[in-house]
Amino acid sequence: MDNAAIVGVAQTKYERRKKDQIFADLVFDVTRAALDDAGLGIDDIDSVVTVSNDFFDGRTISGMAVGDACGGQDKNISTVSGDGTFGAFYGLMRVLSGYKATIVVAHCKGSEGSLPLATNGMFDPIFQRHLGIDAISSAAIQANVYLTRYGIREEDIAQVSVKNHGNARRNPFAQLPMEITVADVMKSRKIAEPLKLLDCCPISDGAAAIIIAGEEVVARCKTKPAWIKGVAHCSEDYLLGDRDLANPVALRDAARRAYKMAGIRNPLAEIDVAEVLEPFSYMEPLWLEGLDICEPGKGFRMIDEGVTVMGGKLPVNPSGGALSANPVLVAGLARLIEASLQVRGDAGARQIKGAGTALAHGFNGPCGQSHCVWIVGGNR
Amino acid sequence: MARRVAVVGTGQTYHKSHRPDVTSREMIHEAVTAALADAELTIREIDAIVIGNMDHFESINYVDTYSVEGSGGVMKPIMKVSTGGTTGATVAIAAYYHVASGLFDRVLAIGFEKNSESDTTGAIITCSDPVWDRFSYSGAIPSLATEATAYMEKYGATQEDAALIGERDRNHAMNNPYAHLRRPFTVADIMNSPMLAYPIKLGDICPRSDGACACILAADGVAQKIAPKPAWFKAAAVRHTYTWFGDSTDYNKGLVSMQRASKDAYAQAGITSPVDEIDVAELYLPYTWAGLKWIEDLGFCGPGEAPKFVAEKNTHMGGKLPVNPSGGVISTNCIGATALLRVAEAAIQVMGKGGARQVPDVRNALATGFGGCFWTDVVILSSEKP
Amino acid sequence: MTEWLKDVEPLTLKGQIAVPYTWWAGETGSRFLVSIRDKRKILGTKCKECGKVFVPPRKNCGRCFTNMEEWVEIADEGVIKAHTIVHYAHPLQPVGPPFAYALIRLDGADVDFLHLIKKDLDKIRNGLRVKAIFSEQRTGHILDIDSFELI
Repeated sequence: MDNAAIVGVAQTKYERRKKDQIFADLVFDVTRAALDDAGLGIDDIDSVVTVSNDFFDGRTISGMAVGDACGGQDKNISTVSGDGTFGAFYGLMRVLSGYKATIVVAHCKGSEGSLPLATNGMFDPIFQRHLGIDAISSAAIQANVYLTRYGIREEDIAQVSVKNHGNARRNPFAQLPMEITVADVMKSRKIAEPLKLLDCCPISDGAAAIIIAGEEVVARCKTKPAWIKGVAHCSEDYLLGDRDLANPVALRDAARRAYKMAGIRNPLAEIDVAEVLEPFSYMEPLWLEGLDICEPGKGFRMIDEGVTVMGGKLPVNPSGGALSANPVLVAGLARLIEASLQVRGDAGARQIKGAGTALAHGFNGPCGQSHCVWIVGGNR
Repeated sequence: MARRVAVVGTGQTYHKSHRPDVTSREMIHEAVTAALADAELTIREIDAIVIGNMDHFESINYVDTYSVEGSGGVMKPIMKVSTGGTTGATVAIAAYYHVASGLFDRVLAIGFEKNSESDTTGAIITCSDPVWDRFSYSGAIPSLATEATAYMEKYGATQEDAALIGERDRNHAMNNPYAHLRRPFTVADIMNSPMLAYPIKLGDICPRSDGACACILAADGVAQKIAPKPAWFKAAAVRHTYTWFGDSTDYNKGLVSMQRASKDAYAQAGITSPVDEIDVAELYLPYTWAGLKWIEDLGFCGPGEAPKFVAEKNTHMGGKLPVNPSGGVISTNCIGATALLRVAEAAIQVMGKGGARQVPDVRNALATGFGGCFWTDVVILSSEKP
Repeated sequence: MTEWLKDVEPLTLKGQIAVPYTWWAGETGSRFLVSIRDKRKILGTKCKECGKVFVPPRKNCGRCFTNMEEWVEIADEGVIKAHTIVHYAHPLQPVGPPFAYALIRLDGADVDFLHLIKKDLDKIRNGLRVKAIFSEQRTGHILDIDSFELI
C-alpha cells in the first residue's frame, strides 16, 4: 500500500495537569498546528475523526466537546472510542474511500478523572468488576505470568523504564524526562507486584492530531509525507483467564498482516525504529515478541544486547514512550506521530539517523487485548 | 475511487423493555447470529467488526473488547465508534468505509443497548457540558419540547397533528414482529396520555428498549454472491454540526444538520426530487413532532406543509412515501442500536424481506440517525448498484 | 498567553457520573450465582465443539461461536496460575491492601478464574493449590466466594 500518507502532525506538551485549557482548547491548538505542519487550511480537510472515551472524559458523547475545535462544522465527522491508532485507521479508511484529507484528533485529561475507577469499567460487571480489578492490577498479573514463564528478573524490565525515561530527555513533548537507574526503579514504591512506581506510566493531560491525505493533497503539502505502508488490528479473548497473557496472539496476527501489506519479511532487519505503547515497563519486551521482532521470551534481552537503545539496530521508543507520558488514547496517536516524524527526518534530538521505515503500535482493553500496528515509510 | 458496498444481511433481537435472560454480550450474540443466518455466512467469513453503544447506559468501558465473545470478534479486527443517538448510523457508515476502502470484504456492524440496566435520562444528562450545561440541562425531553413549541408557534401546527405521527408509527409496528410496543394506539390515546413537558406527552415519545441489531456489509463482487438482492449504498452523509446545545436552538432555521446531511446525501445519490425518487424512509424520530418538522428538513415537503402532507396519508403504508414501516423509534428505542435498525430496516425494504411491513417495489430507501447535539446521519440504500 | 489571562485563576467544578446501574446476570450468569449462593458449588459450561469448560460460565463459546448448553460442576479447589499482590488502594476494591488477585485454574475447568486471596500473602507462588472460602452471608454475587486460601 502506498497511496495515502500522514502529511501533518502535532502534539501538545504532555503534563500532569493542564489547568488553563479545556478539551476544546487543547484540540484547537493541535488542529491548528497540524494544519500548519502540513501547510494546509481547514478547508482542505473534508473528513474528521475524533478520538475520546466517555469514561475517561466523564461525559456521554465525549466527542461533542471538540467537534467545533477540530473544524468538524459541516464536515463528515465521527468519533472512535478507543486508542488513537484505531482512530487513525478509521481516518485512513475514509481517505482510501475517496475523501481528500482526514484530520484525526485525540484528547485526554487523566487529571480530571480517576483511572482506576474508569479502567475498572473495562471488566465484566457480573464476574470481575466487584473484585476491584483495574488496569494496573490486571497488568501486574500479566507481568507475573510473563516474568515467571521465562525467568525474567524485575531488574530486567526495570531497564525499560531507565531507557525510556532517558530517551524522553530528548523529547520536548515528554512529561517525565528522567535520568534514573535500575536501582531507582527497584527501590520505588511497590504498586502491584512485580510492578513498582517507576514500572508504571504517569497520569497525563494532552492532545494530538494527524492529517492523513490521499495523493492529490500530498502533492500540495509542504511537509515530506510519511507514506502508510501497512496497518492492521486484531482482538483476542476478553476474560483474562481465557488468555495466555504471556503470548500476545492478537498483536502477532495484526503485526503479520501489517507486515504483509508493507512487504516486510524480516521486521528486525527492515524496520529502523519502533514506537510501541508501553504504559508498563514489561509491556515493551512482551510486545516486541508479539511483533515478531524477537523470539518469545527473548524480549527482555534486547536492551542488554543493545538492539532497542538509541544507536541500536532497532531503537524502540526514542520519544520515551508511554512510560514518559500516557494521556490515554492520545498515547497511541503519539506513537504514530513519532514514527511519522522519524521517517520524515523531523524528530529533532531524538531522530534515528536514516530512519526509512518505522513501526507504531497502540492497543485497547485490559492487558493489551486488541492491538493496532502501523508501518510508515519515508519513500513510496 | 471507493469500492461499491452493499448490505447483504441483517439481524435483530425481539425488542423488549427488559431482557433479564441475557447480558449485553449475550444479546449482541443473538443479533449477530441472526444476521449471519440471514446472509447465510459463518463468523469465519467476517473480516472485521464495528460496534457502538452509549458507554454510560450500561457502564461498560471499551465495549469492543468486552463484547468479543458475543460479537465474534475473537482474533478479528474490531473497532468501536460512539456518537450518541446517531451511533447506530455512524457504526453502519464506519463499516461502509471499512469495505469501500478496499481493506475488508465482509464487515459486521453492531449496535446495542440495554436501557433496562440504567437510568436513561440520568445517563443522557451526562452528555451535556460538565461546566456549563450539566447543572441546568434536564435531558432529551425538554430540549425536544422547545423545538416542538417553536414549530407550533411558527406554523400553527397542533398537538393532534403530531399525535397522528405516533398513531401512524405505532400502527405500523403491528406489522413488525421485532417491535417493542405492539398495541394499537390512536391520536386520542396520545392526547389523553400524561403531559411530560408541553407539548410532549407520554404517548409522543419513544420507549426505553433492550435490543441489538447487526448488519453485514460486503464489497462489490462479493455482495452479489451472498445476497440475491443486495442493498447498495448510494449515499452516506454525516453532519454533527454543533458542540453546544445553545447553538442549535435557532428553530427558524429548521434542523440544520438534517438539511445539510440530506443535501449531501441526495447529491451523492443523484436524487433531485426526494419525494418522487425515495420509495420508503426509516427515520430516527425520537418523538412525534420530529415526524412533522424533520420531513420538511429532508425535503419531503415544503416548510410548514408537514401536517397536511401527513394527514393526507402520504407517509402511511400505501402512501406516496411510507415512513417507518417498522414502527420506528416511537415503537422501539434501544438507543445504540436504534439508528442501525433504521439502516437495517431500509436494507430489508430494498432486499424485499419486510414480510407484513414490506413496501412494494422499493428501489431507493432512506435511513436517518439523530442524536448528540441535534446531529444527523443520512444513508440511502438502493436496489441499483450506483 | 495574552496579558489578561495572567490574572485568571483556573477553576474546577466537581462532579461524578452517578447513574445507578442494574446489570442483568442473564440466565447463564444467574444459574452460576444461584449455585454459589444456595449450594456453594461452582458451575461452568462446556462447549460441544472444542470441548473446553469455561468458568465463569458463558452462554456461547467465543471462538467456536456456538451456544453452550452443557453444565459442568467445577471443583472449589485449584492451582494458582498467576497472581499479583496489590499495595495501592481505590474505593472499588472490596478489601484494603495488601491483598492478592490470582488467576486460578479450578479442577475441571479449562480456563482460569479471577479472584482474591487475602491471607498468607508472603507464601503465594504460582503452582500452589488454593480452595474457595464461601461467605457466610450469600446474596447471589461473585463475592459470595469471599476469597481463596492456600491449602
